[in-house]
Amino acid sequence: MIRLPLVLFFSAVLFSTGVYGVLARRNGVLVLMSIELMLNAVNVNLVAFSQYVRDIGGQVFALFVIAVAAAEVGIGLAIVILIFRNRESINVDEVSLLKW
Amino acid sequence: MVGASEIASAVGPGFLPWTWVIAVLPLASAALILFFGKRTPGKGPVYGIAAVGTGWVLSLVVLWHFVQGGGPLERSVAWFQVGPLHMELGELVDGLTAVMLVVVTSISLAVQVYSLGYMKGDARYTWFYVALSLFTAAMLNVVTANNLFQLLVGWEVMGLCSYLLIGHWWEEKVNSNAAIKAFITTRIGDVPFLFGIFALTFATGFTTSNIRVIAERISSGEVSTMLVAAAALLLFGGTMGKSAQFPLHVWLPDAMQGPTPVSALIHAATMVTAGVYLVGRLFDVFVHANAHVLQYVGVIGGITMLGAALLAFVQDDIKRVLAYSTISQLAYMVAGMSMGPAGRTAGFFHLFTHAFFKALLFLGAGSVIHSAHSNNMSEMGGLRKNMPVTFWTFAIGAAALAGVFPLAGFWSKDELLTVAQENGHPVLFVVLLGTALLTAFYMTRAVWMTFFGEYRGQGHPHESPVSMTGPLVALAAASAGVGFLGAPQLGAVFGKWVFYQEAEKAVFVPWVALASTAAALFGILAGYSLYKRYREPDPLRAYAGAVYGVLENKYYMDDFYMRWIIRPIQYPVAVAVNWSNQRILDGAVNGVAVVTRASAWVVNLFDQRVVDGAVNEAAEITGETGGVLRALQTGNVQWYAALLFIGVVVAAVLITRA
Amino acid sequence: MTGQEYAFVVLALVGTVGAVRLVTAKNVVHAALYLVVTLAMVGSIYLVLGAEFVGWVQILIYVGAIVILFLFGLMLTKAPIGRESLDNQQRGLALLVALAVLAGLVFLIQDAFHWGDRKMNLVHNTTGEVGRSIFQHYVLPFEAVSFILLAALIGAVVLARREERE
Repeated sequence: MIRLPLVLFFSAVLFSTGVYGVLARRNGVLVLMSIELMLNAVNVNLVAFSQYVRDIGGQVFALFVIAVAAAEVGIGLAIVILIFRNRESINVDEVSLLKW
Repeated sequence: MVGASEIASAVGPGFLPWTWVIAVLPLASAALILFFGKRTPGKGPVYGIAAVGTGWVLSLVVLWHFVQGGGPLERSVAWFQVGPLHMELGELVDGLTAVMLVVVTSISLAVQVYSLGYMKGDARYTWFYVALSLFTAAMLNVVTANNLFQLLVGWEVMGLCSYLLIGHWWEEKVNSNAAIKAFITTRIGDVPFLFGIFALTFATGFTTSNIRVIAERISSGEVSTMLVAAAALLLFGGTMGKSAQFPLHVWLPDAMQGPTPVSALIHAATMVTAGVYLVGRLFDVFVHANAHVLQYVGVIGGITMLGAALLAFVQDDIKRVLAYSTISQLAYMVAGMSMGPAGRTAGFFHLFTHAFFKALLFLGAGSVIHSAHSNNMSEMGGLRKNMPVTFWTFAIGAAALAGVFPLAGFWSKDELLTVAQENGHPVLFVVLLGTALLTAFYMTRAVWMTFFGEYRGQGHPHESPVSMTGPLVALAAASAGVGFLGAPQLGAVFGKWVFYQEAEKAVFVPWVALASTAAALFGILAGYSLYKRYREPDPLRAYAGAVYGVLENKYYMDDFYMRWIIRPIQYPVAVAVNWSNQRILDGAVNGVAVVTRASAWVVNLFDQRVVDGAVNEAAEITGETGGVLRALQTGNVQWYAALLFIGVVVAAVLITRA
Repeated sequence: MTGQEYAFVVLALVGTVGAVRLVTAKNVVHAALYLVVTLAMVGSIYLVLGAEFVGWVQILIYVGAIVILFLFGLMLTKAPIGRESLDNQQRGLALLVALAVLAGLVFLIQDAFHWGDRKMNLVHNTTGEVGRSIFQHYVLPFEAVSFILLAALIGAVVLARREERE
């Protein structure tokens, strides 16, 4: 027996830590790692609710999230390497082309 | 769910269940040419020709089944279901389908081989073959479809291909205008057609659009006559558009701006016959409708046939002569349909023979244009010596069209005349005979102006390459021979393939045959005596006087449409489009700024004098708002992400609290 | 507090510490190793919760594959060492936003599931059950995911490939 909110609070902490990492880190790879933290928080939630409502679908979706996360890391790192190759730096705050 | 039903047959189904392959082959070749065409040696036509060649052989196999006296076959698979409506994909193969398959694949094969020479070196050579293949697939789908929605798909794809091919040389404004005109005019007919389909589907309680089910339902008298009559009239609207019947015929002459092989395939032999095919395929609807519906069909046919034939008199562009002739001959078929079951067979027989000689004439004209570098007959003449093959084949085609014994046109026209005479349609009989005379006249004029006398054009004309003359010879042979399929003396086998309810026995009435031959000969002699020597201006102008002017202006119909229909619609539409451009699209782009000034805009809309000021004012407000907002837009992704997270939290709390 | 809860709390605390060290580490390689700790703890939590298959997949894919990918990424981009070069100037704002997110989440969880009165019965889910569920009810999403992986594979190759110079 585990109380559901306990797991949810852990997931919330994990998520917020991820948010901090995404916002505060300037190294592209570290930002990607922080995103992994956030995705893990989501997965914890999915598994917890899957056990809570007795529906295995939640775990199936956790698996899907893991697969998509793998794809995301692959693409993300490819982009980071591309940026590094072009600018000799992977600092996210220096890549400020996203404005008019 | 696979359902197959054979409707009474003495012979086994044989190849019939796989008839759909014939329609799928050109579709596959269109895709192949599209994706691999440019990388194939010869730029792609090989796929199209191989596909349609195979299709031609298979079509003959299908026809052979009916020659042996086999019965029709219907087969379908479930496509999808919407509420009670079952959509299916299927094939309905009977004698009519078999004949149409042979016509479409023969002409398409001839045209594709011909285009090897004609389109050589064209910038969009490969693309041209994609469109030809796609068009062939669509037409084959129309003739094999067992339900109306599937038929509609083919019907509309043909409209699209027609648009693409007429505008093949779109760099010239005339061509793209012609393409748009053809597309929109046929579309005007397609709207009633679509509603006709709805009406027939409604007659089955929205359960199916299967042609045979609809026919049975209507024959059994379960459907109210009013609904059937309405459906018949609506369907005929589609025919008027696609088969260029009065008053929607205006697009076809303009469609001659497309490459000549296209004119041969689409605007003479196949697509325009789809409208006639539709009437014949849904003949039950027309037969069981109010008797006036068929009369109306006959009247439209009569008007179109005479009107178009007269217009062919004053054309200088050789393709336009043939275009008006096509309209007139299509009206022959439509008029045939209006004369009941026997007329239906006769009309389809005319469709069958006409496809061969009209394709021949167009390809011949293309060959002439190819070497004289002009469409105008006033810049031709004397080509008989330079282009003997083209001349002889064109002459055979013209004679067949004029109805000279024993070429194909004679037999089919004679059959139509006989039906009109036997079934008591005296007015149509006279109109048909008169049109035959006019046809002989204008074809003689075209032949003499093009091939006799002295050459009046530029350069030195020469015979076309074998890839072009080959199809001409083949089609000439067909134009001479296929008529015997309907010859009453030889048993009129055509009537055993294409019939409504029971096989038609063609009768031979000697005096009718004599009358039609006399009309043809008189037309030819009159044409010869007027045009044996080329004269400028046209000698007809002196005889016809004011009438000539009316004809030259196409009865002022284009002007009428332009003035009373297109302009009144065009102007408000243009204003509305302009308005939506100015207000909706720009508004979205300018975002916040435009929203801010929207209230001012509405007030100013009614005050012309303030508009100028408002424009400047708006620009300033945009600038200022932008200046404030740009501080938010740092370009730093993490800054954006921070805003995003804050927004999400605020939104989540608000939503749960609300 | 049951025994399972104690186990959970211990794993969660270790995982949280790992996560916090991950986002504050001064050395990128250390950060990656802290990521391993956190991911392993999350995987163990799945096992405690009874989601056996997801737990092992977490360890295999995340700890085994994705972290290696990250290490390769770090190797290829030679990041400098030191807090100032790894963090940006808006650390304070980031902390504020993260705390706001945490507060929001805690508030929402509290709001929806009052502390302690919702309990999970930890039933052990076998791999077989997960497999049946995927291939009976989620075949289409499964195929879609396989497509995404394929697309990502091709995309990563295309992006990271060096342009051939003439």
